[in-house]
Amino acid sequence: MFARGLKRKCVGHEEDVEGALAGLKTVSSYSLQRQSLLDMSLVKLQLCHMLVEPNLCRSVLIANTVRQIQEEMTQDGTWRAVAPQAAGRAPLDRLVSTEILCRAAWEQEGACPAPGLGDGHTQGPVSDLCPVTSAQAPRHPQSSVWEMDGPRENRGSFHKSLDQIFETLETKNPSCMEELFSDVDSPYYDLDTVLTGMMGGARPGPCEGLEGLAPATPGPSASCKSDLGELDHVVEILVET
Amino acid sequence: MGEDTDTRKINHSFLRDHSYVTEADIISTVEFNHTGELLATGDKGGRVVIFQREPESKNAPHSQGEYDVYSTFQSHEPEFDYLKSLEIEEKINKIKWLPQQNAAHSLLSTNDKTIKLWKITERDKRPEGYNLKDEEGKLKDLSTVTSLQVPVLKPMDLMVEVSPRRIFANGHTYHINSISVNSDCETYMSADDLRINLWHLAITDRSFNIVDIKPANMEDLTEVITASEFHPHHCNLFVYSSSKGSLRLCDMRAAALCDKHSKLFEEPEDPSNRSFFSEIISSVSDVKFSHSGRYMLTRDYLTVKVWDLNMEARPIETYQVHDYLRSKLCSLYENDCIFDKFECAWNGSDSVIMTGAYNNFFRMFDRNTKRDVTLEASRESSKPRAVLKPRRVCVGGKRRRDDISVDSLDFTKKILHTAWHPAENIIAIARSPPQIIKWT
Repeated sequence: MFARGLKRKCVGHEEDVEGALAGLKTVSSYSLQRQSLLDMSLVKLQLCHMLVEPNLCRSVLIANTVRQIQEEMTQDGTWRAVAPQAAGRAPLDRLVSTEILCRAAWEQEGACPAPGLGDGHTQGPVSDLCPVTSAQAPRHPQSSVWEMDGPRENRGSFHKSLDQIFETLETKNPSCMEELFSDVDSPYYDLDTVLTGMMGGARPGPCEGLEGLAPATPGPSASCKSDLGELDHVVEILVET
Repeated sequence: MGEDTDTRKINHSFLRDHSYVTEADIISTVEFNHTGELLATGDKGGRVVIFQREPESKNAPHSQGEYDVYSTFQSHEPEFDYLKSLEIEEKINKIKWLPQQNAAHSLLSTNDKTIKLWKITERDKRPEGYNLKDEEGKLKDLSTVTSLQVPVLKPMDLMVEVSPRRIFANGHTYHINSISVNSDCETYMSADDLRINLWHLAITDRSFNIVDIKPANMEDLTEVITASEFHPHHCNLFVYSSSKGSLRLCDMRAAALCDKHSKLFEEPEDPSNRSFFSEIISSVSDVKFSHSGRYMLTRDYLTVKVWDLNMEARPIETYQVHDYLRSKLCSLYENDCIFDKFECAWNGSDSVIMTGAYNNFFRMFDRNTKRDVTLEASRESSKPRAVLKPRRVCVGGKRRRDDISVDSLDFTKKILHTAWHPAENIIAIARSPPQIIKWT
């Protein structure tokens, strides 16, 4: 389902506007699927059972998958500046349920409305982070707010966060979870942003999401600070599990 | 072997008498000894249970050589690493029998960090007629002793005694995934995610590191060791598999540190099947030399492959275990099933290979006839003289009665560990309770 040939074939087949739209839909659904896979992988890496040492083989395989996705996204040039119109949208559609990854996007009806990010925190964090919004997805193909700039920085900062994870696995620090999140403020904050999609609106142009993991990036903008309260809350949930 | 019309006649199957199964009872490894007379199972609670085959006797015509519990002992206890504030699980990862050299049996059992050598001895006689002690062991009043007697050995109820003879500790930083006894019967190796150590069976305070794939920077870590085994005949050769799907055959005569492989077995990736999960499903979960020593059997997530030691470019045979899961990889990634490590096994003559799957299914592939069968290790099949009916998984399209659809497979019921008797058609399936199936 992630075969590269798929999206190009589809774009070639259909005709005219419908064709273009269908192509865009496929591209967008592929991007969404890929993004969702990336999110899921990052969550898997973060949520370890910290009483017993995490399985190194599993962590390495997940990390390699994350690297692959990131490299492909870089090659595809999908690390683009976000379009202003899309930036204003509610970012929840990025958090597509992984159900989508096993069924064609068009087959699936929106299963359940996306819960507000502040709500439903009594549920597990994963369900918080991955609401189903498939109904919205096909309609706004260019809505992916993940598209951002600066692949090289991405790679560096991305690897940095992976490094952190591996170093943590290696040292097996008991406060690993806290260390992952607290050691450098920005990555933790930004990773969380990535997962909860809170960065969505306010920053036109500059890097977001994964790229925001770079610890050297300047402090978050004012609009982001206002979301910190909710962020803390979500992180609490992550840490507690 | 056959498919639908040909059903397996099961002469016997054995199960341990448990009316309930707890988490600690989950079997984590099974291993026959070299004659097949004994079967050892290790579980998540750190216990080892050894079953012994009853000799087929004329007195009990119905006895087909059942396996009964021979001995049970606690091999490993849970530990706490105070330095890292982490638990060390007592789960037995692997058991390997040593070749029998005298009346006693010996085996190695390992958890994530520590390997132990256990000696199993039988006692069926005891001395009676001491001069100074009476039957209960109390000292006799010497004035009552009027003559001397020679103590004699009298038969007693069989007692099986197990004692830990060696404890090989502190050899591994990472989790031990395999142990393998060398054909020289003096050394063995233990492999964790990044290193392989060579031990002498008599020396516990020293081990030699023979493979080390830990990168200088842990950030550069992209590959781990998943399994390893000594060659059955050549004591200098061993193989280890990786999470990237490659096998490395190493010769210990070449260098002290066998980081450079003698042979690298790797199948080129199929570009048409490429996906983000390609690497994960190519990760080799088990590698086994054939009894002949000519071939290797590997298991990755969807296939089992037979490799010829003389050909590194690709496997000589590939068998699909459950290809219907290929379209479900994302779900399986989400629920972590994609990381399940299935084992594989050869039969005694290297003509049939076996591996487990989901829904309590296990699969056998006949290398000669190219036929394969799917069987279920269920409660029904555990009754004596049960007939095991081949199962089929349908992928949509025509569905026959008794077929299971892919979506109704139970992914919590997985047969990860299986073992094949070295000579006969007897297999052991790691379920709780464990299942031993024999057929003719």
